[in-house]
Amino acid sequence: MSNADAIAATTDGPGVGTPPSRRGRGAGAFLLSELALLFRRRRTWALLGALAAIPVLLAIAVRLSGEGGGPSFVGDIAGNGLFTGFAAITVAVPLFLPLTIGVVAGDSAAGEASLGTLRYLLITPVGRIRLLLVKFAAAAVFCLTAALTVMIVGILIGLALFPIGPVTVLSGTEVPVVEAIGRALLIAVYVAVSLLGLSAIGLFISTLTDVPVGAMAATVVLSITSQILGSLSQLSALHPYLFTTHWFGFGDLLRDPISLTSFGENALLQLVYVVVFGSLAMGRFVTRDILS
Amino acid sequence: MTGGGLAIETRGLTKRFGHHEAVSALDLDVPTGSVFGFLGPNGSGKTTTIRMLLALAAPSTGTISVLGSEMPSRSSDVLPRVGALVEGPGFYPFLSGAANLTRFDAAEPATSTRTRSSRVADALARVGLSAAARKKVGSYSLGMKQRLGIAVALLSPRDLIVLDEPTNGLDPQGTREVRALIRGLNADGTTVLVSSHLLAEIEQLCTHAAVMRTGRLVAQGGLDELRGTTAAFELLTPDAGEAIGVLARHGLEPHVARDAHSGGPSADAARVDADLPSSVRSEDLVAALVAADVRVRGVAVRRPSLEERFVELTGEGFDVER
Repeated sequence: MSNADAIAATTDGPGVGTPPSRRGRGAGAFLLSELALLFRRRRTWALLGALAAIPVLLAIAVRLSGEGGGPSFVGDIAGNGLFTGFAAITVAVPLFLPLTIGVVAGDSAAGEASLGTLRYLLITPVGRIRLLLVKFAAAAVFCLTAALTVMIVGILIGLALFPIGPVTVLSGTEVPVVEAIGRALLIAVYVAVSLLGLSAIGLFISTLTDVPVGAMAATVVLSITSQILGSLSQLSALHPYLFTTHWFGFGDLLRDPISLTSFGENALLQLVYVVVFGSLAMGRFVTRDILS
Repeated sequence: MTGGGLAIETRGLTKRFGHHEAVSALDLDVPTGSVFGFLGPNGSGKTTTIRMLLALAAPSTGTISVLGSEMPSRSSDVLPRVGALVEGPGFYPFLSGAANLTRFDAAEPATSTRTRSSRVADALARVGLSAAARKKVGSYSLGMKQRLGIAVALLSPRDLIVLDEPTNGLDPQGTREVRALIRGLNADGTTVLVSSHLLAEIEQLCTHAAVMRTGRLVAQGGLDELRGTTAAFELLTPDAGEAIGVLARHGLEPHVARDAHSGGPSADAARVDADLPSSVRSEDLVAALVAADVRVRGVAVRRPSLEERFVELTGEGFDVER
């Protein structure tokens, strides 16, 4: 059978006008495809592996050096293994987590452009806004995965190396182990939400360039700049508007009774950043000539 | 706006990048059902035009209609009916060929999940990549990537397929296969636009063509139209004088050819050349020559090849002109 015959035999079948009822399914399928793409990359696993190494190294260091020394929250690990998760996420928030989010969010549009896959997605047609929404959703999933990785690996290594017991929270009361683990996971969610604003910023920067490394670096630099600005008391008027302002506010989740005020404030602030930078990204991306 | 039998119609299509005009006032007519050769040297604006046809880039001025709908405003309706390979293949090197196709198919909102894997396998088979379906694209050769790029365009039935330099990186066998593929698609009623800077690769394939030069359209139409209707009548005879008389009476303007070496093996024969108007049939001329006792040793009717026309239209050759 010649090639031509093969084609004649295979192009029969339903026309292109697929019934609209099937269209709804497509959005979920593309999000799944995006997540599969993200989690099939070795790079993603390298990032998560690096994050998982933080609590492991922390726990081993405390174990080897014996009790005491270092910041009090690190020293507490020796007394109660559950603190490994809290300590690890405190260490990861300022730099390591933003670094991984910067890589994933900064790569979102620019990475597709540099591979040449962006033009093929767009003529599929994926729809430019739909593409950005799915990219952001995937980045958000990665934020949660990253924060949970640090926390869960922290708890597990703590379980393995140290005694476990009821946790004395910041208010001075004790909460049982199961509730402490629940709060630890809630902290991971808090941290994931904290990173959504940065994800939106990364997505926006990613639409400005075809060079993914540039977008990644710029995103990470912005997260550090924002934290530095937040540490300068002369700029206190600016502080409430920085997306990093509530990054360490998860301590409220370790009070008794639990306080969700900072969780709400943080979520609202992140939402504003997501809306603003998401709109900027769409405004830029929808009208942009794709010449990559 | 409908194209009225046109799969692609542009009017006054212009694209400026800063002060540089990449495409100038282009009026392109691609008839439905044609295999349309989009020709021009590198840098003549072919790919920029294709990007605008596919709503990847917005025109500076001018209108585009693809499959009867205005672009880029109706792109979400039009693009599912269009398959395309634009400026080389683009793939995720860390995914297999099949996974890449699955990804692009999942990106299209209207495709069915149920038939996805069979359509992917089908598209791979049609470009001869079934054996490499599970290999990572990073390990593919350029030719294999090019085939995979064509496979993306074949994932769903299409009304229009746009192939930008589809034979880049392919060996002669691969080039032949791509030609067969295009013929097969066209036989099914798909309009195919093929761009190339290598005329010979697509000349035998096209029913229509357009020639670009420095962002402008220098010619377009049916292939015969482009070749031009003027043919050259060449006569080899020892009786040049009488022959010239006979030909002149039929309204030709004959002359003895200068390049004597093309006179062939007979040393005593001369070659008489004349433009052959479309109103005169060469067999009538031969009959008249024989009737006038002119010894006819050889007759040829030559039409300029598309290659000659192409070089004539695009300047000296393939140098980038701006």
